[in-house]
Amino acid sequence: MSAIPLQHALILSLLLFAIGAAGVFLRRNVITVFMCIELMLNAVNLAFVTFSRALGAFDGQVLVFFVMTVAAAEAAVGLAIVIAMQRHKDTLDLDAFNVLKW
Amino acid sequence: MIDLVLFYVFAGLAVGSALVVVGQRNPIYSAFSLIVTFCSLSAIYGLLGSPFIAALQVIVYAGAIMVLFLFVLMLLNVKAETETTSRALAGAGGILVLLFVVQVGVTLIRADVVHAPAAYEASTIGMAGLLFSSRFVYVFEATSILILSALVGAVVLAKKEL
Repeated sequence: MSAIPLQHALILSLLLFAIGAAGVFLRRNVITVFMCIELMLNAVNLAFVTFSRALGAFDGQVLVFFVMTVAAAEAAVGLAIVIAMQRHKDTLDLDAFNVLKW
Repeated sequence: MIDLVLFYVFAGLAVGSALVVVGQRNPIYSAFSLIVTFCSLSAIYGLLGSPFIAALQVIVYAGAIMVLFLFVLMLLNVKAETETTSRALAGAGGILVLLFVVQVGVTLIRADVVHAPAAYEASTIGMAGLLFSSRFVYVFEATSILILSALVGAVVLAKKEL
């Protein structure tokens, strides 16, 4: 059906994951860091789909479905925390969020 | 042939817009760029023979999750970042990411395991439904509990006074 080299799909997945990881280090805004985490989750999803295609099994895609569910739940709770933090600290800078730091 | 061309077009689009997400100081632009990434990933899922995941990607990620992000961004009236990350942290992060890319990249290029089987039927919603109601039925049910607790948790956390 397709002549797509699966190795290239995996390399694309690696690149997206690396870009997301770099963003977590580079950005200071908590929401942008959050979006970078979503990007990394998507990179992993791409690897799952690629391996699902490579092995001819559907299980990888089922796992992607569950990853998406967890990502949605995480986004809802995480953004609620962001709103609460904004209300208390009046900033979205990650360095301001250190109440859990010992 | 057309598959291959489309794959590289969408792969380039995904990487380019992901770079914009990271490089952009204004979170609103980052969010819109991330939607482009998600949509091109959806196209790639379709090209890899999983239309079910492709549809979910657009509905859940580009639809639901990004709307949530944009809603919060506009609710909080987020401005572009003014301060920059300390050079030490950025440098350390860069080195770590570079090491990761080199290590996994070399492994991937050397590996000879990924061959697509010649015959592969594209996944269907029916296959997904069968699996979700047989082998993965308990995980599927647990998912609903997770979503319910996330829902309650989000409401409790975002409330003004507890």
